[in-house]
Order: sequence, then C-alpha cells, then structure tokens
Amino acid sequence: MINELLSMNGYAVYVLPAFSFTLLSFLGLYFVTKRQFVREQNKFVAKFGSLTNEQANSAKLQRINKEILANATND
Amino acid sequence: MFKLFEPNKIFKITSTAPKYVLFLFIIVLSIGLVEALVISPEDYKQSDAVRIMYVHVPAAWISLGIFSSITFFSICGFVFRNKNFFLISKSLASSGLVFNIVALVTGSIWGKPTWGTWWAWDARITSMLILALFYLMYLIVWRIYDKEEKVYKISTFVTILGIINVPIIKYSVDWWNTLHQPASINILSKSSIHSSMLYPLLLMTAAFALFSLLIFLMKYNTELIKIKNKGLDRL
Repeated sequence: MINELLSMNGYAVYVLPAFSFTLLSFLGLYFVTKRQFVREQNKFVAKFGSLTNEQANSAKLQRINKEILANATND
Repeated sequence: MFKLFEPNKIFKITSTAPKYVLFLFIIVLSIGLVEALVISPEDYKQSDAVRIMYVHVPAAWISLGIFSSITFFSICGFVFRNKNFFLISKSLASSGLVFNIVALVTGSIWGKPTWGTWWAWDARITSMLILALFYLMYLIVWRIYDKEEKVYKISTFVTILGIINVPIIKYSVDWWNTLHQPASINILSKSSIHSSMLYPLLLMTAAFALFSLLIFLMKYNTELIKIKNKGLDRL
C-alpha cells in the first residue's frame, strides 16, 4: 500500500521533484526575506542607539520608530 | 482616503500580521499537500503525473496575478502621486518571480511524462518565460537606479510593457496550436475538472496566496524600516 503510494504508478520520479522544488523555493525565499528584514531591523536599532538624547526623543515622536524598536526587542 | 493606509499608521498591523499568516499558511499547505499527494484521484489519461498540476497551476495563476497587481499599483502610484503604491509594487515582485520560476520548472517536469520533452518553444511556455524576464527587468531597475523618480518611471514602463504579455499568456492556448492543454477551469462557464481534483487545487492555490501575502508583508516591513533608517541618518 505504502509502496504503491510512493511509486505513484511510476510517476513519483516526476511528481516528487516538482513538489520538492516548489517547497525548497518557498523555504529559500522565506529565509532570504527574513534575513533582509532582520538585517534592516538590527541596523535601525544600532543607529537609534547612537543618537543623542535629543535626537532619540525627536525620533520617538514618530509612532512607527517606537514600533520598530518594540518589535526588535520582542523578536 | 489614502491617509488611512499610510505606512506610519498601518505598520502595527503589517508588522504583527506575518506570524499569523505563516501559521495559517502552514495549516492550509499541510492539508493541501495531503489532498494533492494522497487523497485526490489519479487521472484516467495522465495517471499520477496529474498531481504536478497542484503546484504548477497555482504558481502560474499567482505569478500572473502578482504581475497584474504590480502594474496596477505602479500606475496608481503615478496617478495619485503616492510613493506607498510603488513600495507595495516593489514588495510584491520577488514572490511573483519565484512563483513564475516554479510554474516554469514544474511545467517542464510535467512536460516530460505527458509530451515526452522537458521543453518546447510553444506559445504558452514561451510567453511565461517572457513574463519571468519582465519580472527580472523590474527587479533590476530597482537595483541599478538610485534616483526615486527615475526608478518609478522606468519600473512603471516595464510593468506596462509586461502587462501586454498577460492576456497573451491567458489566450495563447486558444489563439495558437500549442502543446499546452486549454484551460480546464473557467470562472464564467462550467469547469471541465472534477470536484475531487478542483478541491485540492483550490486549497493549494489558497496556500500559495497566503505564502505570497507572507512574503509581501515581510518585504513591505523591510522597505519601511529601510526608509526609517535613512530618516535617522538625517537627524
């Protein structure tokens, strides 16, 4: 039964590579995108850390900046 | 109205949404894979080779949908003079290209047992390859130009040229004598595909759509943080 399922009437040699290629492409794209996101987030945190108090307070006036920082510390 | 969707206002949603979309994607994909590889019946002509359809067709549909969306948002960016539309277009492109490549590769794998060849310069396949080239051109434009206005103009031009190819892809199987089979699913008329195959196909399409949404959200958030990084430099 399992052998029958795995051989797919002899077409497993085509079906499984097609599904594997799709899933590997998804995994690759997900991890590349995730890496880019984390890199930009870390860059933001590092830049924010180097600001003077006055500059940091001015940057915190924008809600999005506070949210990026909050997300970075949560991750 | 556009002020409601300004990046500063929607970042809270776009930054928390990916984890929920990822969770939903994994669930729908798992059910879809079981349906596609185990439960759905084999085809009376193609036997189990038909299962390739469950990754090939959704990938092709979504790559076409994404390119049409990119064109729509790029044109909106020009009409309404709103940068956010260009940001949305850019964030959609990479997943569109990957779906296009998946459609080409899985189509090629499917071609071997059904047509006896990995590749044929047939109208449908060639027009899909041309779409991949337009995706590449679009992404390259964003990489090589620095000036925003220039990028907006050239990338929109590329999408307008590329969108001409979308109806050609759709109707190529009707206009020319191709190896590729005609469409089995029609929105306006009765589909020729049985519900036992249609259900897994729709499930896999939903899974792929969720994946493209996930990548879009992650890319969009990355682009927003990039802009904010430049903003910090100016302080």
